[in-house]
Amino acid sequence: MRVNRRMTATVATAAVLGLTLAACGGGGDGGEGSGESGSADQVEVFTWWAAGSEKAGLDALVGVFNEQHPDTEFVNGAVAGGAGSAAKDLLQTRLQAQDPPDTFQAHAGAELQDYIDAAQIEDVSDLYDEFGLTDVFPADLVDRLSTEDGAIYSIPSNIHRANVVWANPTVLEDNGIDPEAEYADLDAWMADLETLDKAGVTALSVGTTWTQVHLLETVLLADLGAEAYSGLWDGTTDWEGPEVTAALEDFETLIGYTNEDRDGLDWPEATQMVIDGNAAFNVMGDWAVAAFEEQDKVLGTDFTAAPVPGTDGTFDFLADSFTLPVGAPHPDGAKAWLETVGSLEGQVAFNKAKGSIPARTDADAAEFSEYQQTAIESFANDTIVSSLAHGAAAPVATLNAISDATSKFTTGASDLAGYQSELAAATQS
Amino acid sequence: MLNKLRRVGPPLLMLAPSLILVGVFVYGLIAANFTTSLTDNHTAAQATGQKPAVFVWFTNYLDLLASEDFQHSLMNLVLYTVVFLAGTMVMGFLWAWMLEKPVKGEGIFRSVYLFPMAVSFVASGVVWRWLLNSNQDEQASGLNRLFQIVGLDALQNNWWNNVTFGIVAIAIPAIWQLSGYVMALFLAGFRGIPEELREAARIDGASEWKMYRYVLFPQLSPVALSALIIIGHMSLKAFDLIMSISKPANYQTKVPAVDMYVFKSSFDYANAAAVGSILLIIVAIVIVPYLVRTNREEKR
Repeated sequence: MRVNRRMTATVATAAVLGLTLAACGGGGDGGEGSGESGSADQVEVFTWWAAGSEKAGLDALVGVFNEQHPDTEFVNGAVAGGAGSAAKDLLQTRLQAQDPPDTFQAHAGAELQDYIDAAQIEDVSDLYDEFGLTDVFPADLVDRLSTEDGAIYSIPSNIHRANVVWANPTVLEDNGIDPEAEYADLDAWMADLETLDKAGVTALSVGTTWTQVHLLETVLLADLGAEAYSGLWDGTTDWEGPEVTAALEDFETLIGYTNEDRDGLDWPEATQMVIDGNAAFNVMGDWAVAAFEEQDKVLGTDFTAAPVPGTDGTFDFLADSFTLPVGAPHPDGAKAWLETVGSLEGQVAFNKAKGSIPARTDADAAEFSEYQQTAIESFANDTIVSSLAHGAAAPVATLNAISDATSKFTTGASDLAGYQSELAAATQS
Repeated sequence: MLNKLRRVGPPLLMLAPSLILVGVFVYGLIAANFTTSLTDNHTAAQATGQKPAVFVWFTNYLDLLASEDFQHSLMNLVLYTVVFLAGTMVMGFLWAWMLEKPVKGEGIFRSVYLFPMAVSFVASGVVWRWLLNSNQDEQASGLNRLFQIVGLDALQNNWWNNVTFGIVAIAIPAIWQLSGYVMALFLAGFRGIPEELREAARIDGASEWKMYRYVLFPQLSPVALSALIIIGHMSLKAFDLIMSISKPANYQTKVPAVDMYVFKSSFDYANAAAVGSILLIIVAIVIVPYLVRTNREEKR
């Protein structure tokens, strides 16, 4: 009995000790970075660029950074997984706990609104003046990035175009469609899609909800035009109006031409259907060009790229950008990083590796690939509008509500009128 | 007094760390969650205190329960739970019943049936997403293709992409994974019934069916209840399997746990917390009566 009790006590004490130790262990790694002196000796850069061409781009950018700021140590805070959703979840937690990284990647534009409202990031418009960025970025872009009171909260590192349609010329020829054809509007395009659909081909490949929202935004852009499309986001275009109804009808028709298993695919699989000749067209942003090129496909012969019919002359942009969080442990390090991000050398090195194009208009187009050259030219000359699916046009909550409504509609749980009123409600809140 | 302290003190001291930890990290956080769910904390600005969040009491709950989309999620949860429970109980019981009589190679069968449980939901979800591909006819792959090969073309369907019953398709991999576990529970139950009971029943002239009905099943009912509770609460918390087969935005496979995730990523903490509380209450409705019952039996 006596022995037994002592035994119990020993075991229990061990357990208590274990718990205490565990608690200490948990508390130990919270305080890093706080005790250091000099705020320019390092910079923690938080991104979701952890693999593939994105990682190659980041490495190239770091190369330029080390040349420009040899005294500042680069700390890679990249978080892999879920096309950025894992990183965004972690970022949300860190900002909430007031433990921000020195700078973090975010889609430029309205997606930053939540961070701005929460007073988690700083206005960097004075850095635009300091680094001379106002003159080298297109005026349209600076407009899109500025808030109503003229503040800018991030510096874009690269630009992507969302309104691109990719096609497989072989599939088109096999079904008697001229791959060279240029479609003036969606109606002309849908006539050919109809032909393909009748022939039993998947006319248009699409993937899960966000790619459907991506398709929706290009349809809205095609039918409404650039000005009315932009008006959807500042309230000057009525979501309940007949023009939007007509656009949604086109969207409904287009979804009718798509693959049945769309909700299970992400964009690489949907684009792969065009590469493999299982689908004729795919609407996807211009990061898709990397998927074609990786498989040694040649632009013009193996695949074609064109603005989505009806959106020629418009550049539906999205951009990755870097911010200056409030309370960053190394603000001077972050400013050094932002300077490199905005610099010509940084933008050229990064975008050549990532496959996107520089936000600066003074880069030499000849250094880039064939597709990138066409994108650089359009970016300089076209009207620039903001992408919905990629955070440039609307805050996260609005985008999530639009995504939910779109998924409900494309799975057949709501009709067009219901869809339209849900979209209107989503953009009002 | 001192005596009492000596008697109560040491155990209390021993228990204190875990009591404090559980108090703070379980009950404290449940309280914090519940408080958040009673506010109008729907934006990032309110979450960080830039704008005030005020108490709106049960408005969030009422709005959620009134919204068609959340009702759809709850309906999906009910469908999923019913099919998942029925599937695992039936399969698990059948397997246990077959293995209960000494069979050759019983160990092998047991391992084969139990093995899927060792696979994580996320890993099996990736495979099942392919198996449950909703393409049909020429483009079919996965199970639809299998149906074509064996000439059962009529069985092809769009699996989890059906807007009403899609969630049931996701219950299939869940059943596949956990039937073996239920089998193990039932098998232990069968083995725990002394052979003498069966002998006595046989001597009394009971038929095989009567022996099961009146002798074995009553002995198995505590096991069945445990299995129901364990599978039931897993089902109510279903998230990982759905996320890896479908996507959070897909309407056809929404359940409350997915809604909670989407609300949270929209910086809508109040609604996320409200969904969390609703889930907790649903799980409590299932578990509390079971705990009360077990407690009563132990006292007896």
